[in-house]
Amino acid sequence: MDILYKVFVEPFVFMGEAPDLLIQTLWEGLVSGVLYALIALGFVLIFKASGVFNFAQGIMVVFAALILVGLYEKGVPAFLALILAALAMLVLAVVVERVVLRPLVNQPDIILFMATFGLTYLLIGFGELIFGGNPREMITDALLLPQGTTEIDALGGSVRIQHLDVAAAVIASLMIGLLAVFFSKTRIGRALRAVADSHKAALSVGISLNQIWVIVWFAAGLVALVAGIMWGARSGVSFSLQIIALKALPVLILGGFTSIPGAIIGGLIIGVGEKLGEFYWGPLVGGGIETWLAYVIALLFLLYRPQGLFGEKIIERI
Amino acid sequence: MSFRKLSLGLAAATMLAGTALPAFAQDSIYVPLFTYRTGAFAGSGTYIADGMHDYLQMLNQRDGGIGGVKLVLEECETGYDTKKGVECYESVKGKNPVLVNPWSTGITLPLIPRASVDKIPILSMAYGLSASARGDIFPWIFNPPSTYWDGLSMIIRYIGEKEGGLEKLKGKKIGFIHLDAAFGKEPVPLLQELAKDIGFEVALYPVAAQDMQNQSSQWLSARRDRPDYMVMWGWGSMNGAAVKEAVRSGYPMDKFYSVWWPSEDDARAGGAGAKGFKMLNWHAVGANFPALQDIQKHVVDKGLSKSPKDKVGELLYNRGVYNSLLIAEAIATAQKVTGKKVVTGEDVRRGLENIKLDPARLKELGLEGFTEQLVLSCSDHNGHRPAFMQEWDGAKWVKISDPIEPMTDRVKAQLDAAATDYAEKNAGWPKRTEPCDNAS
Repeated sequence: MDILYKVFVEPFVFMGEAPDLLIQTLWEGLVSGVLYALIALGFVLIFKASGVFNFAQGIMVVFAALILVGLYEKGVPAFLALILAALAMLVLAVVVERVVLRPLVNQPDIILFMATFGLTYLLIGFGELIFGGNPREMITDALLLPQGTTEIDALGGSVRIQHLDVAAAVIASLMIGLLAVFFSKTRIGRALRAVADSHKAALSVGISLNQIWVIVWFAAGLVALVAGIMWGARSGVSFSLQIIALKALPVLILGGFTSIPGAIIGGLIIGVGEKLGEFYWGPLVGGGIETWLAYVIALLFLLYRPQGLFGEKIIERI
Repeated sequence: MSFRKLSLGLAAATMLAGTALPAFAQDSIYVPLFTYRTGAFAGSGTYIADGMHDYLQMLNQRDGGIGGVKLVLEECETGYDTKKGVECYESVKGKNPVLVNPWSTGITLPLIPRASVDKIPILSMAYGLSASARGDIFPWIFNPPSTYWDGLSMIIRYIGEKEGGLEKLKGKKIGFIHLDAAFGKEPVPLLQELAKDIGFEVALYPVAAQDMQNQSSQWLSARRDRPDYMVMWGWGSMNGAAVKEAVRSGYPMDKFYSVWWPSEDDARAGGAGAKGFKMLNWHAVGANFPALQDIQKHVVDKGLSKSPKDKVGELLYNRGVYNSLLIAEAIATAQKVTGKKVVTGEDVRRGLENIKLDPARLKELGLEGFTEQLVLSCSDHNGHRPAFMQEWDGAKWVKISDPIEPMTDRVKAQLDAAATDYAEKNAGWPKRTEPCDNAS
């Protein structure tokens, strides 16, 4: 009975007793969730256009952030470095399309997936060769990102809001909004959706697959750059950031691999869910549960919606 | 395939294999250095690797090696990955290494049973299995100058003294944020034992390797639990991220302590808010020592180092120098004890057991005042030396305490029990048969 009380009653009693901590946990979860959503978005863009699960998305986050910081350390002004880092992601997109995707057209999806594994390790090695393995500090001040904390006394306690987290949430939301508009309202966006529906049909109406792939890989590169800046500003830029990208996996399972709203809602559910779980139920098992809790949350959702929250429902008639 | 093509292929493969292997002459001493310049822990590993390499390279350049015998240095990249570390060990053990530095507790643990079989001493400097300090049970393992258990007891002693005595810790809560790996969990049994004895409460905050840069949950939990002190056992990018998160969450930094692994970069990550963060250390920071100036002159200035000039003398660089000081001293002592110039792993094991780094010897080595003296013996492979507390002042580490002695009275019984327990649990653990030159 004691364990039932600790699982089903005590956490909720504590939520009521310390509502400031509940708000703080929800806020931390939302901020993490937005950043998870941003990373997941990079996966979704590429998966929608090419059916490829881009395992290299995590290292692209690190790579983009390292280029930005590396250029700044070489004396390039921050915003010029930002533009050059974005251009570097464009170059990467072109190279990936030419060297990896184009020669593998019509190969099974698993071959393309494995190619992105290869790309991951290539980028890790290349990145370590150029930038070394040492962690760096994100150029938060130079990019005019706000710093500092606002402590709000409320609900019998206090809630600490980091200005950087607010900026991260706003910038990530803007980025997501812009991408959503771009892909739903523009000609290229419609072409992308056509490619996502059927490569052959898209080709038959004159859409260039190669061009679309470059565009989506570039868009995913830009998303990676923003994610790299935000995560880097929170906890430093190092190669271990790429592991955080794996947090996007449960987000994708939950939200569906092809849905932009799914990536956003999925990111928020996973972010908030894992923080609440770790904070209120983690102590029951000695803590450290958030690593796997995200997958449990995603799998629980899958029991009811196997295609994910917003994934396409596949109906095959035999 | 024709016989001719096959022969040509085999000949080419043999030539390639031949060129890939470094040549180990009979008149040299082979010292493999397990390092990690890549991966999530490179932020700590790179500086240490540079310091280790540069000190030994300096001996090669300045003195022609040790006792006139050139050192052959070869790095093996482990990425702080236990599997890769064991592969490194397997790849070097046939080349007659005089010792192995795993530079990871996770890698050290599987090497412990292999060392006595392969006759290769393992030097796990201030890391690894604390119980391996017992030379009578672990004749091939050395972990000077202090074990993790010593380190933890020093931190508890220090904060106890701050409170006005250990007994004043009764009823207090100590948070322990640690890497959720063999290294981070190593001091937990002692922490729990001390908590029981002294009467303080412990809150554990494990950080999985994949969440090293995503620690907001741990620090939120710390806010919930309100620990009076936080103690950290972190490595790699975990340290810098923890300092940042502690600042973000408003934890009082003067109550935040760490074992001896954070670097200047880790503290800098917290910005101005990191002031007051404290850690243990047992050697000097800075390059104002003749030996370090010789490194600058004979290695760095000649372009033989991978280290940027401004990193020579930083904390983890000097940690690597200290590690190589032990290697060099073990080899020199082995030469003295055996009368041989080209020594083997078995000789260096004896050398390690006879290490006597007193102030006079440190002065002779150009490291006067660099560290406390260290004396090892057949039974004591650690030394259990005191460390001091240093504090981050916003720009550099500042020494803020005299040497803090470990709580030997509380730790020794635990350590003896753990060593005996290890031998009992590993059926057939060999009784020590190795000769002893230094029983004291």
